[in-house]
Amino acid sequence: MSTPSLHVSGLTFSYPDGSRALDGIDLAVAPGERVALLGPNGAGKTTLVLQLNGVLRATSGEVEIGGLAVGSQTLREIRRRVGIVFQDPDDQLFMPTVAEDVAFGPANFGLRGPDLDARAHAALATVDMTDHADCSPMHLSYGQRRRVALATVLACDPEVLVLDEPSSNLDPVARRELADVLLRLERTMLMVTHDLPYALQLCPRSIVLDRGQVVADGPTRELLSDGDLLARHRLELPYGFTLAVD
Amino acid sequence: MGAGHAHPLHLPGTSPVHRLAPQVKVLTAFLVVCCVVATPREAFGTFGGYLVLLAAVWAVAAIPPGWIGRRALIELPFVVLAVLLPFAQGGERLDVAGLSLSIDGLLAGWNIIVKGTLGVLTSLTLAATTSPRDLLLGLQRLRVPATITTIATLMLRYVEVIIGEARRMRIARISRGHDPRLLWQAGAVARSVGSLFLRSYERGERVHLAMLARGFTGAMPVLAEAPVTRREWALGLLPVGIALALVVGAWWAA
Repeated sequence: MSTPSLHVSGLTFSYPDGSRALDGIDLAVAPGERVALLGPNGAGKTTLVLQLNGVLRATSGEVEIGGLAVGSQTLREIRRRVGIVFQDPDDQLFMPTVAEDVAFGPANFGLRGPDLDARAHAALATVDMTDHADCSPMHLSYGQRRRVALATVLACDPEVLVLDEPSSNLDPVARRELADVLLRLERTMLMVTHDLPYALQLCPRSIVLDRGQVVADGPTRELLSDGDLLARHRLELPYGFTLAVD
Repeated sequence: MGAGHAHPLHLPGTSPVHRLAPQVKVLTAFLVVCCVVATPREAFGTFGGYLVLLAAVWAVAAIPPGWIGRRALIELPFVVLAVLLPFAQGGERLDVAGLSLSIDGLLAGWNIIVKGTLGVLTSLTLAATTSPRDLLLGLQRLRVPATITTIATLMLRYVEVIIGEARRMRIARISRGHDPRLLWQAGAVARSVGSLFLRSYERGERVHLAMLARGFTGAMPVLAEAPVTRREWALGLLPVGIALALVVGAWWAA
């Protein structure tokens, strides 16, 4: 088997107040795989995501991205390899224009001149936002801002793309447009979400996290059709939905 | 490179003044204001000269004087002190329409008003012809410390987000029967301001986190470097030359 894009072994993490947020996480994601990370509020999903690019550092255990261990020496390269799209695009988009924001990441990683322009342009084209390059993020719709936020991360050419609640606050069309863009990307993807139908549409595999532990890991359709499993971990399909394993 | 939206102090255009590199304009405005400040207060004609100089720039940049005039009213609260000086100051006095005015105070008041007004007009001219985004770019290219330009960049972006948040909080308050005109309801407004501060602070932390995740190391990358020709510098600094001639002339005459 080739080197996994994401490899986590024995990861535990406690916050300074002593509360244990992650309790012995083991998981591996192969290159090109799309995985949904499910779980109730407070399960440790966001804490796990922040471990992946070294913003939070493990109490014990190890995280590897494309074979490179997260550590203080490798932080810069790790942050290039892990692209996180945060939940609120207003947190992510801070530059006066869309084009500058998309160029911010690759410029930090050393790209300059025509290479930088080409990279930013390609990222905007991927999310169909080229026409808005000179706009202020303030004047875009929420769905457009979410796609620009995705472009700002794609411009860094990450090995693993991490999305935090990508479908939240989107109207149905914007939600579908984002799904179209995400399905076109051939990248390793970890998607944190409460939107179970979205997980089913985009991610063949799902991981359920609860109280800092991996409690289920398998094909999304299989997990989502297990009513008992969902109920035990405060997950449920929206009203009127039922799933059958095919 | 427009920010894609209108700012109340910016008048978009394509005049030679608008097209000038922002760093040239920032430097010119700064030096012209220095000349104004260095002019002796009795050199009345020289101040007229500065006004003609500004009017010439407005003509080239196609800025209606009325547009600038309305925005210059911002200065009014600051000139109150200057109006009081002729009454308050001691020394030789002059009777005007039954009022006893101090000559020294009159000159001191005039000094504040004329220099303040010319300074405000110069700043407004710079703001009218340069978008906020370009102003920052100009400061960055003039090697202003990165911390200052970074803070200004973030302010430029987030002031609208915070205003939007404040507006939503206000609507939520008045939807629940709050009437901010009543004095005893000021407490709710004060608490809103407090919670707005906390929300902005938390947002600041999230923004920082998102910046770190994209490899931010403390310095903003300079994204757009555009070389400025000698001719552009010469043209842009022309008003400084004229202002310098005016101030030297004024001192020489004195």
